[in-house]
Amino acid sequence: MKSLILTFALLLAAPLAHAKLQVVATLPDLGALASRIGGDRVEVTVLAKPTEDPHFVDPKPSLILKLNRADALIEGGADLEVGWLPALLDSARNPRIQPGTTGRIAVASAIPLLEVPSALSRAEGDIHAKGNPHFMMDPERAITVARRIAEALAALDPPGAAAYRERGASLEAEIRAAMARWKAVLAPSAGKHVAAYHNSWVYFAERFGLKIDLFLEPKPGVPPSPSHLAKVIEDAKALGVRAVLVEPFQDRKTADFVAQRMGATSIVAAQFPNGVPGTPGYVELLDALVTRLATAMKGGG
Amino acid sequence: MKTYLCSFSLALTLFAASTHAADAPAAPATSEAALERLQKTLHEMESRHQQEMDALRRQIADQRAAIEKLQASTSPAPAAGAQAAAPPPAAPSRPWSPSDPIRVAGNAQGFMNISFDGLFTAAATTAPRPGDFEMGGHDPSQRGFNVQGLETVFDGAVDPWFKGQANFVSQITDGGDTTFEAEEAWLQTSSLPGNLQAKGGLFLGPFGRLNQQHAHAWDFVNQSIVNGRFLGGDGLRNPGAQFSWLAPLPWFSELTVAIQNGSGETAYSFRNRGDGDTFMGRPTLDRNLRGFGDLLYVPRWENSFDLTDEQTVVLGTSAALGPNDTGPNARTEIYGVDLTWKWKPSDSSGGFPFVKWQSEAMLRRFEAGAADPLPGVADPLPDETFRDWGAYSQVVWGFAKGWTAGLRGEYLHMEVSPLTTDATRQQRWRVSPNLTWYLSEFSKLRLQWDHDELGSMPGFDSRRADAVFLQFEFLLGAHGAHKF
Repeated sequence: MKSLILTFALLLAAPLAHAKLQVVATLPDLGALASRIGGDRVEVTVLAKPTEDPHFVDPKPSLILKLNRADALIEGGADLEVGWLPALLDSARNPRIQPGTTGRIAVASAIPLLEVPSALSRAEGDIHAKGNPHFMMDPERAITVARRIAEALAALDPPGAAAYRERGASLEAEIRAAMARWKAVLAPSAGKHVAAYHNSWVYFAERFGLKIDLFLEPKPGVPPSPSHLAKVIEDAKALGVRAVLVEPFQDRKTADFVAQRMGATSIVAAQFPNGVPGTPGYVELLDALVTRLATAMKGGG
Repeated sequence: MKTYLCSFSLALTLFAASTHAADAPAAPATSEAALERLQKTLHEMESRHQQEMDALRRQIADQRAAIEKLQASTSPAPAAGAQAAAPPPAAPSRPWSPSDPIRVAGNAQGFMNISFDGLFTAAATTAPRPGDFEMGGHDPSQRGFNVQGLETVFDGAVDPWFKGQANFVSQITDGGDTTFEAEEAWLQTSSLPGNLQAKGGLFLGPFGRLNQQHAHAWDFVNQSIVNGRFLGGDGLRNPGAQFSWLAPLPWFSELTVAIQNGSGETAYSFRNRGDGDTFMGRPTLDRNLRGFGDLLYVPRWENSFDLTDEQTVVLGTSAALGPNDTGPNARTEIYGVDLTWKWKPSDSSGGFPFVKWQSEAMLRRFEAGAADPLPGVADPLPDETFRDWGAYSQVVWGFAKGWTAGLRGEYLHMEVSPLTTDATRQQRWRVSPNLTWYLSEFSKLRLQWDHDELGSMPGFDSRRADAVFLQFEFLLGAHGAHKF
């Protein structure tokens, strides 16, 4: 009788042993925040690779499997993933992450977006209808996103609510302290122009007072043409541009060539943790970017 | 405030306790226990009170931050010229209501995505009529300009439980007439328990890989020979229902069964009356469904593995089983295996470079019934069973952003019968290299050369044909992403 009770008790306890919340994040920056806030109460899986173009992730069947087993899905929600996420969700067969459930967390709903187009036309290239979706490059918005994630995890897993909120608060404090540092480092560069391959830096620019508005792409998603690049080089020289930002999946050779012509430094800047070596978390990612940018703006390598 | 609340709650508790104590027998043991309970209740109320105060403090901090942010953003407008009236941040997820459009895909908020795809090909061929060599359906059928298909797609979430999609295709025949047909129109569940999924309506059967793709998504201008000869120029496409189950295995393993009507030219090897009511050289019967056994069953088992971070493999096997119209009890069985392999590096730019290799092999066992004696026909055809097989293999190499080079090789083996000599039973092979330029995800130009060789058989000489195609496509509107 005693052994029977013991067996029953163990069977009942078994599900508790697997109590880790299965969280799937579409992008590595959201995944990094979720890992940091969730701690060992969650197991985070990320769909996109840190070095790949987040607009063009293959909807592989293995990703369907990850979504099928998720308790929660964290997505950007500003259409960055619209080219591949819906195809995966159609086959995911997971009632826990359907729209409107507590498990479906679209973080963009918590923050104001920039560059919302007043008219939609593909003649303007690949424009995002809801606004520029690269908002995680602004630490303030990232903090709002972190809070949203903490609240969402608390709602899904009430016993861990206090832990999530506490970890979220400590992450927020860390980002704030770092932000003061970053602002100080970039203050001398306020108002200066920076070039970039693609228009994905507007939130970073706004936060730190830079003007990242010279793009190698003539229109979003359209590959650079020689005539456009010639004009960009000319404009860059006139404006005294000292840095060209290129993400790990963008054409390095073109960026290097253009940077050399305009007398600037080409910086491989990722928007995702681990996109460049030595950036395991959000703070480290921005640290690396701010440091390299500041060095380039001073005229160094 | 805090001390007031504390003393008030203490007073209440003591009052409650005292009324309780008045009723209870005054024994020393119980009053100690009562005191302990009182202390415990007091602690609980204190901690709950503390939590509420913390929550209030956090809310005040959040609102302060929001005010600061608003004040900061009303100073210099961003250089990009953002709209002053940016949409207010939406409330965190709340339960769905019918006035909330559920976005499945697309650029705009709406209940439905609508897209229009125009697919055209200019053809130059050594054969007088390309239609003799192509499989029909969406393939170019005349020299010069062809409208391969003008496709309108509607898709969207019907409600929290279903997604719906409908595809309508319009084509222009050689004679200049416009045809319009419903290609697909179906409803699919969003989340059933037990990892199940159900689909109902008119849809492409889950056989192999190419059959489930629409013409504008093909990697080549025309359909593969084996798909055209076994599943039909329009694909295996019928009204019915489909059930699929995702197995609880460490890799993606999906079992699907479709049960469809299996009649008409979209069930080419099944209850198909054929051109002029003749198929495989025999007059066809108008068979009705006599029971469940007369339906078309299409089971499929698909598995997918990520060999490495950059390589994915999809391995599937399918079957299509059902009756055909050449005899009262004639049956057709088609079996297929397919293998798809894709490599894409971790830092691919816009999805390039990549290499995709896709192959399918099919075997068809067709029972052709004995033809009825007809006036003027000396020897009506006896019953025969044909075992035919075919395969195609294609490689697509995306070598630069927006550019792909493809090569496809195909072979069709038909069992030779001295009795049944049908043009469609000619053995053949074909090789097709091509080059595609995707100007964006919404338009493309494709140049393809086909070299076609048909073997001789009783009644038919060997033939060869070369064709060059220039295909162009444009896509308007919001179109859902294609499956892997």
